[in-house]
Amino acid sequence: MTGKKNNNLKGWLYLLPAILFLGCFLVYPLIDVLIYSVEEGYNSASQTYTGIGLYNYSYVLRDPYFLQAVKNTFLLVIITVPLSTGIALLISLGLNAIKPLRKLYQTIYFLPYVTNTLAVGLVFMILFKRTAYTDGLVNLMLRWFGAGPVDFIDGPYWAKMFVLCFYTIWVVMPFKVLILTSALASVNPEYYAAARMDSTRSFRVFYKITLPMISPMIFYLVITGFIGAFKAYSDAVALFGTDLNAAGMNTIVGYVYDMLYGSSGGYPSFASAAALILFAIVLTITVINLMISKRHVHY
Amino acid sequence: MEKKIDFDLIERRAAARKRAFRAVDYFFLTLWALIVLFPFYWMLLSSVKTYSAYNSEYIPRFITLAPTLENYREAFTAVSLGRYFLNTIIFTVITTALMMVVIIPAAFAFARLEFAGRQIAFTLFLSLMMIPSELVVITNFVTITNLHLRNTFTGLILPSVTSVFYIYLLKENFEQIPDELYRAAKVDGTGDFKYLTRVMIPISKPTLVTIVILKVIECWNSYVWPRLITDDARYFLVSNGIQEIRENGFGRENIPAMMAAVVVVSAPLIALFLIFRNKVMAGVSRGGTKG
Repeated sequence: MTGKKNNNLKGWLYLLPAILFLGCFLVYPLIDVLIYSVEEGYNSASQTYTGIGLYNYSYVLRDPYFLQAVKNTFLLVIITVPLSTGIALLISLGLNAIKPLRKLYQTIYFLPYVTNTLAVGLVFMILFKRTAYTDGLVNLMLRWFGAGPVDFIDGPYWAKMFVLCFYTIWVVMPFKVLILTSALASVNPEYYAAARMDSTRSFRVFYKITLPMISPMIFYLVITGFIGAFKAYSDAVALFGTDLNAAGMNTIVGYVYDMLYGSSGGYPSFASAAALILFAIVLTITVINLMISKRHVHY
Repeated sequence: MEKKIDFDLIERRAAARKRAFRAVDYFFLTLWALIVLFPFYWMLLSSVKTYSAYNSEYIPRFITLAPTLENYREAFTAVSLGRYFLNTIIFTVITTALMMVVIIPAAFAFARLEFAGRQIAFTLFLSLMMIPSELVVITNFVTITNLHLRNTFTGLILPSVTSVFYIYLLKENFEQIPDELYRAAKVDGTGDFKYLTRVMIPISKPTLVTIVILKVIECWNSYVWPRLITDDARYFLVSNGIQEIRENGFGRENIPAMMAAVVVVSAPLIALFLIFRNKVMAGVSRGGTKG
């Protein structure tokens, strides 16, 4: 009997460090953020508040900076998720069709995953930026096609959005290509052999065999892609600097951090409300995705 | 009269079509490879151009005939790049080491020990995986500030120590080690802790290495938390250092020096990846999140 009790104690003892850390930095903050979000007029210096209610939410939902951030984030999501998934699928199919050099290509394609987002973002900024000294490399290339110089970093909204989307796709591609190439490689070759016997056309093979077989992975990528893109932040900072509101390129996560910290910071209540709104959006989209995938994915 | 079928022609046509397809395929694969590689080439190239050469090129040149390492000297002397580097190494090593100390016993308890409440505890742990870090960062920021731990390594490290996902990954791995080994060890009178350190950890080394690599990548690139918790440049990590350099360092226009800093910051992880290529890719496909 004592042995059993001992065992119980030992089990929890092994878990103790993890429970302590998770409790302090994950569970408690989760509860706390809910409390923050309903404390009205919270003052971080005196740590007092004037009342309980939904004012923080209504403030955030009416804040033009937040609405701009929501617009930017949704545009980014709508553009990059389908594009990056589609391009990754094409690249993976291309990789799957070749033998020589495949490993080299795979290695190259993976490089953006292991690079520092802020550091490489700086390179992208330089490639796209116009300064007094130079129009930048991208504008040089545009000129070859007779297109006028555009300042992609401080210029019109569509140009800035283009760079942000381009950089985001560049950053997320490695993960998608990796997942899709391994999914393609694991399709049972007997299906293809059978299709060859029946001399099925290659598009039909793709549509009837390949796509259904890898559809779970495609949906996995779409779901993680949505979640990741909704949380975009560092990419934007890398391109446009830390004052994203001034650049008009803030994201929802950026709005949360700006409310918390820096020149515009000191409002954890507004930050909490914005973070919870983001969480609600992500949760809704994920549930919708899961419902769609139930209907279309073959397991 | 029956029409003669020219099998030879059909076969030649099929082969030609296949060759054409191959060529198009390689063309697009190479195109994407160039898009991926070009920023790396550009940062290397710009980092070895002299300041005056770079600024006099209204139309940027694709090669330089007079490479210089002056910018690298500048990167380490004009801003505290060396310190940012050292900070990041300290942060990465301690965070990763502490994390291993926390997750290994937890994974062992879930995989091997039998105790009351194990199932419930595990389910609760798994449900914690759904909590996005953006949600908890707010309170953690306030907590660390109230504990007066801003601009300290303790404040930087503490919230990044645990990962439910890695506990899960490791637990799955531990469970694959046959029960017989555990019972045999029990018969020999080996204690649980000794069994963990002498048998399970050595057997699970590949998974442990994968987790370490993923955590190192994560630590090296972390930006948001360090930015919130440090405003004293003496505690900046490389990401914050880069951002600082971009906004204040070198005078805004010394792009070659900036690029030298970017090369120095990017090089360690690229080297790590090229050495452990298969491990990194296998690890990311099992547990990657960026994307």
